[in-house]
Parts: sequence; structure tokens; C-alpha cells
Amino acid sequence: MSLPKPVMRGLLAKRLRFHLPIAFTLSLIVAAAFKFTVTEPRKQAYADFYKQYDAMKEFNAMREAGIFESVRPSGE
Amino acid sequence: MLHLTTGRLGSLLSRRAVVALSCSSVKMSTHGHEVSEQADMSLPMYWDRLDTPLPDKPYQDTLTAADKSLKQKEMGPWTNLSKEEKLALYRLMFKATYAEMRKPSSEWKTVMGGIFFFIGVTGLVVLWQRFYMYPPHPQTLDDEWKAKQVKRMLDMRINPVEGFSSNWDYEKGHWK
Repeated sequence: MSLPKPVMRGLLAKRLRFHLPIAFTLSLIVAAAFKFTVTEPRKQAYADFYKQYDAMKEFNAMREAGIFESVRPSGE
Repeated sequence: MLHLTTGRLGSLLSRRAVVALSCSSVKMSTHGHEVSEQADMSLPMYWDRLDTPLPDKPYQDTLTAADKSLKQKEMGPWTNLSKEEKLALYRLMFKATYAEMRKPSSEWKTVMGGIFFFIGVTGLVVLWQRFYMYPPHPQTLDDEWKAKQVKRMLDMRINPVEGFSSNWDYEKGHWK
């Protein structure tokens, strides 16, 4: 009939002691994963695109397609 | 807290009908409507609740002579009580045990059935609307218009690095 007295204090501290390190490591892992799967490839994609980019060539292609209002295709 | 399944509703209605039929004709003529026993809500009430172990009053108020003698015996040492007497005392105090209170009901089937039924009715209403109420399509949703729109977006080089135009091969003139 005499049960041991249950733990009454320090319950939040105990929970935090267990969960905080896990939370921190998981957030760091997620941030690192995002950096290496999203931001680095994106930066590389932009770098590669502009390495071979000829602005005048693109402009002339767009002009011939007729999308500009200020400068019409060279035929007109 | 009332778990009213369709089965219980049916039995409740049938019980009322039986009572109505068994009433004498004199009673039926004087009563304008069926008089049901209404509990007095201003007094403490008995209620089975999982989170309230001791309700406001015991289940059985009116004790028979046998019950009263049992209650007298309860005042003494409880080791003198037999198992049946202890159970009888429990049933005097409470209506259902915790196991009986926690018993699952089939109410969820009624609820899910009702949900699906009304979703179906709504679907029929929406279908009727589509045929009798919706205005004609705007021209911007025609395939021809959408093709011209895509061509213009590619000409404008929309998102050429990672997005829309990056999927188009400009030299060959088709999607990558």
C-alpha cells in the first residue's frame, strides 16, 4: 500500500536536458542539408549560366521575336 | 457524453411508442403532450465522467431496506464484507465502472457515414452548378491561346537560369 513518492520537481528541466541537444543537432542538420542541396547548386547554376552569357546575342534574339515595344524587329 | 447511435435512437423511439400505446385513454385525452421526467438541474446530479472519479451524488438515492442494512454494515470494518456485498455497494454508489465507461461505441461509423453522405450531396450540387450555372470559359484558357502565351514567355526568356525558359532548348527549338 505504501508506494514511493513520485518525482514532483524538475520535470521541465529533465525534459529539456533530453530534448534540447536533439533539437539543436536536428536543426543544424536540416540547415546544412538545405545549404548543400539547394543553395550551393543554385549558386553554381547561376555561375554556369553567366559564364557563357552573351547579352547582345540574347537581346537580338528577343528583338527578332518581337516582344519589345521600344525597338521593333530589324525587318520592319 | 451521450453516445447516441442510430440503434439506440431507434430503440428509444420504439420505447416511447410502447409507452404511448400502453397509456390509458383517459390519460391520453388529458395530456396535451407526452410528459417526460425532467431531472432538476439545480440539485447535484450524478454523471459518469472519466476525469471526475467522484460524482456529486451517489447513483442510488432511494435505498431499500436491504440496501440500508448493507450501508450499516459498511460502517464497520470492510474485511467483514463479502465480495458480492462490496460489488453491491459499488453499484449503489456508481452506475458504470471505468471499464464500462471506456467501452468503445460505434458512434464513429454514424459520424463518418454522415460526413461522406453530405460530401456526396455537395458533389451533386456542384455537378448541377457546372452544367446549369457556370458562365462560358474565358478565351485565355483555350489551347491555342495558351500555346501563344508559352511562346511569348520563351521569347521573353522568363527565368532562364533555373526556371521556365531553362527547360527550352533554344538552338534546337524543342523542350529539353
